[in-house]
Amino acid sequence: MNWDAWLPPLVVLSSLLPGLIIFVLPEERVGLRTVLNVTGAVAKLLLVGWMLWGVAQGHHYEARLALLPDIELVLRADPLALLFVTLSAVLWLLTTVYAIGYLEASPHRSRFFGFFSLCVTAAIGVALAGNLLTFLVFYELLTLTTYPLVVHRGTEAARKAGQTYLIYTLAGGTLLLLGTVWLYTLTGTLEFTEGGFLHTMDAAHHRSLIVIFILLIVGLGVKAALVPLHGWLPKAMVAPAPVSALLHAVAVVKAGAFGIVRVVYDVYGVEFAQRLNLLTPLAVAAAVTIIWGSLRALFQDDLKKRLAYSTVSQVSYIALGVALFGPVGTIGGLVHLVHQGIMKITLFFCAGNYAETLGIHKISEMNGAGRRMPLTTLAFSIAALGMMGAPLTAGAVSKAWLVEGATAAHMPWVVWVLWTSSLLNAAYFLPILWRTWFRPMPGAWPDEHIPARRWRETVWLLLLPPLVTAAATLVAGIYADTAISPLAWAQLITDREYFRATP
Amino acid sequence: MDIPWAVMLIVLPLAAGLMAFVWPRVAQTLVLCCSLAIALAVAGLALQLWHHGVFHHALGGWEAPLGIGLYADGLSLVLLTATALVGMGVSVYASAYFTLDDAHHFWPIWLFLLAALNALFLSADLFNLYVTLELMGLAAVALTALSGGRDALAGAVRYLFATLSGSLAYLLGVALLYHAFGSVDMATLAGRMTPVPAAWAALGLMSAGLLLKTALFPLHFWLPPAHASAPSPVSAVLSALVIKASFYILLRLWIMLFGPFAGDGVAALLGGMGTAAIVWGSVQALRQTRLKLLVAYSTVAQIGYLFLAFPLAAAAWNAAAVLVLSHALAKSAMFLAAGNLLHFGGHDRIADLDRVVQRLPLSAFAFALAGVSLMGLPPSGGFIGKWLLLEAALAQGRWDLAAVMLLGGLLAAAYVFKVLGHAFTQAAVTHEPTAVPARMEWAALLLACSAILLGFTATPLLSLLEIGAPFGGSGP
Repeated sequence: MNWDAWLPPLVVLSSLLPGLIIFVLPEERVGLRTVLNVTGAVAKLLLVGWMLWGVAQGHHYEARLALLPDIELVLRADPLALLFVTLSAVLWLLTTVYAIGYLEASPHRSRFFGFFSLCVTAAIGVALAGNLLTFLVFYELLTLTTYPLVVHRGTEAARKAGQTYLIYTLAGGTLLLLGTVWLYTLTGTLEFTEGGFLHTMDAAHHRSLIVIFILLIVGLGVKAALVPLHGWLPKAMVAPAPVSALLHAVAVVKAGAFGIVRVVYDVYGVEFAQRLNLLTPLAVAAAVTIIWGSLRALFQDDLKKRLAYSTVSQVSYIALGVALFGPVGTIGGLVHLVHQGIMKITLFFCAGNYAETLGIHKISEMNGAGRRMPLTTLAFSIAALGMMGAPLTAGAVSKAWLVEGATAAHMPWVVWVLWTSSLLNAAYFLPILWRTWFRPMPGAWPDEHIPARRWRETVWLLLLPPLVTAAATLVAGIYADTAISPLAWAQLITDREYFRATP
Repeated sequence: MDIPWAVMLIVLPLAAGLMAFVWPRVAQTLVLCCSLAIALAVAGLALQLWHHGVFHHALGGWEAPLGIGLYADGLSLVLLTATALVGMGVSVYASAYFTLDDAHHFWPIWLFLLAALNALFLSADLFNLYVTLELMGLAAVALTALSGGRDALAGAVRYLFATLSGSLAYLLGVALLYHAFGSVDMATLAGRMTPVPAAWAALGLMSAGLLLKTALFPLHFWLPPAHASAPSPVSAVLSALVIKASFYILLRLWIMLFGPFAGDGVAALLGGMGTAAIVWGSVQALRQTRLKLLVAYSTVAQIGYLFLAFPLAAAAWNAAAVLVLSHALAKSAMFLAAGNLLHFGGHDRIADLDRVVQRLPLSAFAFALAGVSLMGLPPSGGFIGKWLLLEAALAQGRWDLAAVMLLGGLLAAAYVFKVLGHAFTQAAVTHEPTAVPARMEWAALLLACSAILLGFTATPLLSLLEIGAPFGGSGP
């Protein structure tokens, strides 16, 4: 039996099946539900590990299913797909552990974990999509399956937030659909190809192709939270913390950013996009988003909202890296896809810990939280420093490559944008760190419901995931030069895009 | 294989209907067996068509122009499939829905309706189509009035007038054609038709009658009250199948007889009415505060999509056929789910749905899945239909039509998620719920799932549609 065609669907199914079973489980079957969740997550991780090993060996993993005449549903594990798949699979396991601890004794857990698994399925599908139609299918599925998680709390505020979320994402999806169908009527193919498949198109079509590019990027930019399409993200923060952590910091916004990477590299091809003068406007849009997101983050007192605006800003580093013509910037953008994920999920885990343990939701309530919860605050500090690009963290690596990429692409203004952003990051993260570590503790916390037991400041399950991701932030920074780092993988992808090198 | 599946499709429900009338006590078992048998017969017919091409049968051995001919090609098959699937779902649902007394009235009429629908999709001549159309209309009106309430009777009377005037206009057109060209057989007529005034008058009368019965904007006025006030399983059938029957006749007539000489002006007019239907129906749906009215207006909007195919002509007929099937499945699921929510809460005020997602998860899920198909989001039959239609529009540079389709999708999302948003949220007033039988929940859910699964069967479906080239100008 040939396993190469089975692996990509199995990776998708490893979260789909547990999700479907969980839906029908009665609320009180906590044990079985946990087993299903963790088994699915571990199985996915193992399968992804297998594929990583295989792709490095030169295996080709691809599965096809006819969807329409002449267009198939394609799942393919190329290096770029694996970058996102690995990120999602690892973070899914951690977030599942976290969510089990976080949602303990709260209602509707079967529904929550069911949709949670479906979301991850959709994100994995987005990553593995081998053509634009498959991408679109999973991209829309991601919208549909996140909605129940946004409105999970069942309050009027949650309903309103869900409405905003849908208005943005479904409108974006519609533009993406239009762009996709239009592209298909022009070319008759939608298959992602290294180096793009449009450069052979007749010059008469170039104007259409420019419009299609705008449609696709705007459609994807909604999820990637490009300004001014970012309005849904801060609002969606009403969702429970694990949702904000995995979905809004990683899966959903990354699906948008990843889509931009795909469109630029595997649909248009970076050289062709440069020839059509499409990259500079994209870089400008990303730069505006980076600055605007950071500025807005400065003025938020709600911790999760500040983190949300920080996401708006940081995710656009990826689009910026992609828009810098040249391999160095590409590496910076791609590696940030992973680095931003692990750093931002740490921050959201920690925010969830503060809220769940002490009832802290606002930054003004965080005085002295570091003494009460030193481990959580340590993880928070590492991730925050990483966001600023401090040395020894993953953030420093991304930023160094981006700065170098901007210089190599002769876009000195981008360097200024990056430094300004670092400065702004420091301006909105350092006060938090100062408050937590150096301000005295208040007499009572807003709503403390998990008491400290010796050195265990909160529940195990809540503490472990942020510590792991914080450690990963350091490891990815310090060991960036080793062969198994995200950076090495980003270099492999870039080699293929620019030099068509095969391993 | 010489089993006359097509004949069985008509005879079975007819015989079962008579028996259900005579022996009401076994009616329920009879209906369930019969709907299963119909599904099997459709599968048998599909196999037959797949291997031997179009099916042609002269009843009693009398050929046209004297006898009654039965004809089945890919298009008939798609409509028969819709009837069989929706028929099964509704039969199961109704077996738990009606009280014993109502059920005695429901079962025979329901079986007659099924027989009429099947016969209509198998008819080869214009007069036979009229007879089946009339039978179907009368059975549908009787079902609408079944609950006997004031709203139901008012809705049913309006519906009766609409359906009777529609059939009458159609019949006049048939008479004109017969007088002018001496035949009611479609294939014969196709060879003899010339653009004389009688043909134009027939075109006008028949189209107007059928459009009225299909409830295309602005002739939709009778639909929302009738579909919203009928018992839920009946609403499902009316929206899913009955309006599709008149659309089917119109499509056949257009492709075989009228399309070739009617020209672009008439096609553009139909497309314009479709556009107006999508916008008006969706906006009205969005404005409703009652669930069943919302679903009924959604039907008005979805009908519009079918008519966008007319200005796009040959490239879009496939899309229309896929949309007919996916809408039949999704809309019946949605009406059944809405019926469950109504049964559960004792009301269908959208704002007071009160966490039904948690309290009645299967039905809420069915509603959501059906909604996904109606919005045309992947993966679903609705998505495939919309993709094909969009592709046809863009390939011909019809940006206006493409814009309408996309706008319609967004509006559909707006009204579906309006319901779902409230279904997740705690309402101000809580109601004491009534338990919903499992059969009713599962019937809705399985129909909704089949609307989604249709999204994965587009390739075989489209090759089945090619049997007998119904869109290539040949036909009964």
